[in-house]
Amino acid sequence: MLEIKNLHARIAEDGTEIIRGLNLTVKPGEITAIMGPNGSGKSTLSYILSGREDYEVTEGDILYNGESILELDPAERASKGIFLAFQYPVEIPGVATMQFLKVAMNEQRKARGEAELTTPDFIRRVKEAAEKLKIDQAMLRRPLNVGFSGGEKKRAEILQMALLEPNLCILDETDSGLDIDALKIVADGVNALKSPDRATIVITHYQRLLDYIVPDTVHVLYKGQIIRSGDKSLALQLEENGYADIIGEAA
Amino acid sequence: MNMQTTPRLTAAETALVEAFGAQIGELPGNGAVIGTRDRLLDDLKKAGLPTRRIESWHYTDLKTLLRAIPDAVPSAVIDPLSPIVEGSAVLSVLDGIADIKATADGIELSLFKEKLADGSALAGLTALDKDDAIGRINGSFVRDGFALVVPAGAEIAEPVELQALHGAGQIHTRFPASFGARSKATIIERHRAVMEGAAFVSSISDIALEDGAEITWIILQQQGAADTHLGQIRAKLGTNAKLRLFVVNAGGKLVRQELRIDVQGEGAELTLRGVNLLGGDTHTDVTLVLGHNVPHTNSTEIIRNVVFDKANGVFQGMIRVAPDAQKTDAKMACNTLLLSDDGGFSVKPELEIFADDVICGHGATVSDIDRNHLFYLMARGVPENKARAMLVNAFVAEIVEELEDEKLVEALEGVISAWLEKHA
Repeated sequence: MLEIKNLHARIAEDGTEIIRGLNLTVKPGEITAIMGPNGSGKSTLSYILSGREDYEVTEGDILYNGESILELDPAERASKGIFLAFQYPVEIPGVATMQFLKVAMNEQRKARGEAELTTPDFIRRVKEAAEKLKIDQAMLRRPLNVGFSGGEKKRAEILQMALLEPNLCILDETDSGLDIDALKIVADGVNALKSPDRATIVITHYQRLLDYIVPDTVHVLYKGQIIRSGDKSLALQLEENGYADIIGEAA
Repeated sequence: MNMQTTPRLTAAETALVEAFGAQIGELPGNGAVIGTRDRLLDDLKKAGLPTRRIESWHYTDLKTLLRAIPDAVPSAVIDPLSPIVEGSAVLSVLDGIADIKATADGIELSLFKEKLADGSALAGLTALDKDDAIGRINGSFVRDGFALVVPAGAEIAEPVELQALHGAGQIHTRFPASFGARSKATIIERHRAVMEGAAFVSSISDIALEDGAEITWIILQQQGAADTHLGQIRAKLGTNAKLRLFVVNAGGKLVRQELRIDVQGEGAELTLRGVNLLGGDTHTDVTLVLGHNVPHTNSTEIIRNVVFDKANGVFQGMIRVAPDAQKTDAKMACNTLLLSDDGGFSVKPELEIFADDVICGHGATVSDIDRNHLFYLMARGVPENKARAMLVNAFVAEIVEELEDEKLVEALEGVISAWLEKHA
């Protein structure tokens, strides 16, 4: 589904290289965890995959379903099924949450040549998905993410993911700022979307989230490269010994 | 040697003088009114249109910007529009002439031309000061309009739309409105060109709020691409009166909206909100002169501007706090979304504070669309142009939503999104 080949990328503004020869393959149906210490390039990778123009790819390629996506803007990537759950979802005053959801869903449908949703159909979908994530209607009446708590913002991200039904989900530190109850709700939401033709990349700093979203593969990112790959036991090993050992071995 | 030359009149000034001459005997008014008209025109002729050397006109040099005055063409046949808020009482003024059959439940209504004819309009015809060009022009030429009296204690349930529609030509209207103690009403003053061709429009609304009146007054300016619109609000707020004034500029080639407001009763509150949608090669000026004249009064002012193309905008916000107006609380903000390198917006806050125990603040921002917001929307599949339009809309929708009345909010948001679709 996703193939990242020898990717090099830098911050467009000042040229700082963040990703330095990264290789990664993600198969449909898989949950892939990417772990790493602060500053290793985890969030940058999520932004590059979703097409943020603050980063420049200088070498290598990103293939999604066999095609390079480097030339696509974020909206085009989204309508092809790539979804980023933000670490810090932005608050947008003046944009109503429901209006935003409707525009996003319908724009993606339009881009794929599908019919737009009718209003009753749209409302029914939102209601069902919101109930599962314990998002109350009052939250949906507010402007997008405005005044939401940290946990509410993360749940709203998963709500969007459930409604947009992406093929490749990228969760950027979705566990940060969540208490254990909220973490379970979010994890259940993610697990409910698991399917043979959908892949999920879970970017996290801690093993904790991976108790609830169990990965098929775990990769350690350090200084913009994958320095170790393994199965879920690798995450447990990291939890016990920290990153120092693995970084030491790689160096 | 001393060279003395009489300043030559510009084309527009000459046209105004000639138009006045051509209408002698036609403009309504008793002897005193006609005498005042003559005097106002004479003052206008002597002073000329204001230039940038007049401080209050510094950013809107009317003498230079107003190149010509369109001919006074005979009234065309114009049909009233349906009101922007369904269920509103519509008081239409078509090509400057008020509909003699108009009524609005609970409001005592009279035609302004009758108040000119019997002289009861005389007191309001004066210019507010020596630089009040709008007062002079309107006082000289005003033909008609509606005078509204809302009795004490009356609550007018549905909005009242003052619907000023016009084709090409010269249009000068006036809307005196007095709101009795504890009365409540929503007035929508809608100015709109419905035909092609340039128009020169002046309109003054004299608004008096007696004690405890709570009034929402909306100005919706949708003039044509070649039109000049000179608007003025003269408002006085009595004890505990609340005026919510909402100005939307979404049209016109050369626009000046003057808001001259006196808060003169304790406990009174002014809420001013403005949305300026500016595009093309246009000039739009909103000038506030607000007097907090007694203790314990509040005001907040938020102006949001969206600038496209070569448009130029101005906001001048003068707040005067009188020496004994202690405990005044006034907050003013002017935020501009500048979406073009060729556009511009000038902001001049002026605080003249003569009391020592007050809270007065002002702030101005100029920005482009927030990149984080844009990325977020695009990452959800919203194409760039649509995402930008949503964010521009959001920038102004935020203050429109303050109006709370759902039908009103929806109507104004409709006007705003239609404008943005056409210009963005």
